[in-house]
Amino acid sequence: MVSTVGHAAASRAKGRGSRGAGASFALHLTLVLASVIAVFPVAWLVLTSIKPRDAWQSTTVELFNSPSLDNYAQVLGQTAFPRWLFNSLLVAAMTTVLGVVLSATTGYAVSRFRFPGFRSIMWMLLVTQMFPVAILIVPIYNLMAGLGLINQFPGLVIAYLTSTIPFCAWMMKGYFDTVPVEIDEAGRVDGLSPFGTFWRLILPLSKPGLAVAAFYSFITAWAEVAYATAFMTGDDKYTLAVGIGQFVGQHKAEWGLLTASSVLIAVPAALVFLLVQRNLVTGLTAGATKS
Amino acid sequence: MTTQVVDGTAAGATARGRARRPKQPGRAGRLLSRHWYAWAMCAPVVIVTLVLIGYPLVRGIYLSLTDATEANMGRTIGMNTIPSTYEFVGLSNYVGIVSSSEFLSRLAWTVIWTVVCVGLHYGIGLGLALLLNRPLRFRSLYRMMLVLPWAVPAFVSAFIWRYLLNGEFGVVNAMLRAAGFGGLDWLDDPFWAKVSVITVNVWLGVPFMMLALLGGLQSIPRELYEAAEVDGATPWQRFRHITLPGLRPVSSTVVLLGTIWTFNQFPVIYLVTRGGPGGSSEILVTYAYRQAFEGIRNYSGSAAWGVLILALLVVMAVVYRRALRRQGEAW
Repeated sequence: MVSTVGHAAASRAKGRGSRGAGASFALHLTLVLASVIAVFPVAWLVLTSIKPRDAWQSTTVELFNSPSLDNYAQVLGQTAFPRWLFNSLLVAAMTTVLGVVLSATTGYAVSRFRFPGFRSIMWMLLVTQMFPVAILIVPIYNLMAGLGLINQFPGLVIAYLTSTIPFCAWMMKGYFDTVPVEIDEAGRVDGLSPFGTFWRLILPLSKPGLAVAAFYSFITAWAEVAYATAFMTGDDKYTLAVGIGQFVGQHKAEWGLLTASSVLIAVPAALVFLLVQRNLVTGLTAGATKS
Repeated sequence: MTTQVVDGTAAGATARGRARRPKQPGRAGRLLSRHWYAWAMCAPVVIVTLVLIGYPLVRGIYLSLTDATEANMGRTIGMNTIPSTYEFVGLSNYVGIVSSSEFLSRLAWTVIWTVVCVGLHYGIGLGLALLLNRPLRFRSLYRMMLVLPWAVPAFVSAFIWRYLLNGEFGVVNAMLRAAGFGGLDWLDDPFWAKVSVITVNVWLGVPFMMLALLGGLQSIPRELYEAAEVDGATPWQRFRHITLPGLRPVSSTVVLLGTIWTFNQFPVIYLVTRGGPGGSSEILVTYAYRQAFEGIRNYSGSAAWGVLILALLVVMAVVYRRALRRQGEAW
């Protein structure tokens, strides 16, 4: 850490925009190295997925080995993967929409109003993020069973909401804090209700914050393993995270299938990410600064 | 604190309303009419949280005071309902856990894991954010590549790394061998297994820190640096006295969140090493989960572990918040 920082500070000494060639080289070298480390595992995954099914067991490192899409064809054609994909998309979409709407209203309320219970809600939002899955999963399972929601998508969505909403609401509060209150006041003067102000004026101004909340909700629901494994018992209800585990268990780690389906799973997540990434920096910072 | 004052009509009015409250008759009605929309906006979240976290929490705490396991838990098999036969045993689960050597060694490793991971997340994240925050060709390309680990679902990353670190067929060992070193038992040696999970978690967690800190850097006014430069401050002094204080608000939140997330980081450990070898890389959370879902399910034991984990985190958050508030920035 110290060396990176020292290096960063040192190259700033040359002044903005006018870096020496050496500093420029060092800067790009560091970033290229870091990027390679960040990208390599994912790239390797993609490369493995287009190798023949048993090629992962080769002890020599080769980038390509008769590339083909056989693994993909098999995953899509001969397993229940499409079904799991649909289930995951459904659950993730419901979680995202509900999570963003609910956390935005809560975030707005704790950002703008000081009401009895304000501090308790702030603490609640923080403390619920600390709950380890291990303590909640058995009681939630029993609760869901009591409500008849085991092996039902709504049950899973509700369980995910408990983990996405606290972070999203906390973040949205921070974001709303950066939107000037004068806008609310103007809206109120023009006769809008508090809900109207929120819906018509503040939400459209909060796209970066909403983007972060949406991204976080989607990724959480898309990638969750523990609840999905415990709650979804029928294999027509499996989500991807549960289903893909089948490739590891049943036929002794089918890395060919595993890598192909991993790529297929990562693609939608990466697409959502690309859609929102412009807003991530602004949204995250505003959220983190003020909360 | 500042927002409360600046908040103008809404906050100002409620603050006044609060101050006046004790003298007014019929205050329940007044409170309701003043705050109903704020309450209404929070209601769905509060209700869902209370039902789905409040109830399980209470139930979990209750279970932790019993000797419930899979064997004596009430259940329904076909037509027959078997009643629960577990008993209230007071604090003996907790006493058993705290006095066991398992607890201390798990706790020690969890603390090391959290401190090392968050330290590296923050350090590397800050370093990369500083680099990305300067005029630079290919900046958005770098940023996109560096953020990629965050965009890949964690369980997929865990699978990738398991494969990369595989002793026999993994790329990492292949590279080591090609460079003339022997391969390492990344996942089967207690020490290297710990190094592996930390590596994977650092790889996963840096992008979040980097993006948050990058935004934080961008919000520090340029004029400060220019003024400092005019006054002849060295780069290190500028970093120390402008950048770090300017990042404080962002840092304090992301470090707190990062600590909580890392402390409870389930998928990485569970999927990369499965807690092994021999439980050596198991943190508190995965240990508690294993208690609840492997072998004869020990509901009471895992609940007691869960309550202890939660208590540790709450204490940490309270201490942290208090430290921040002493420096004048908290709600």
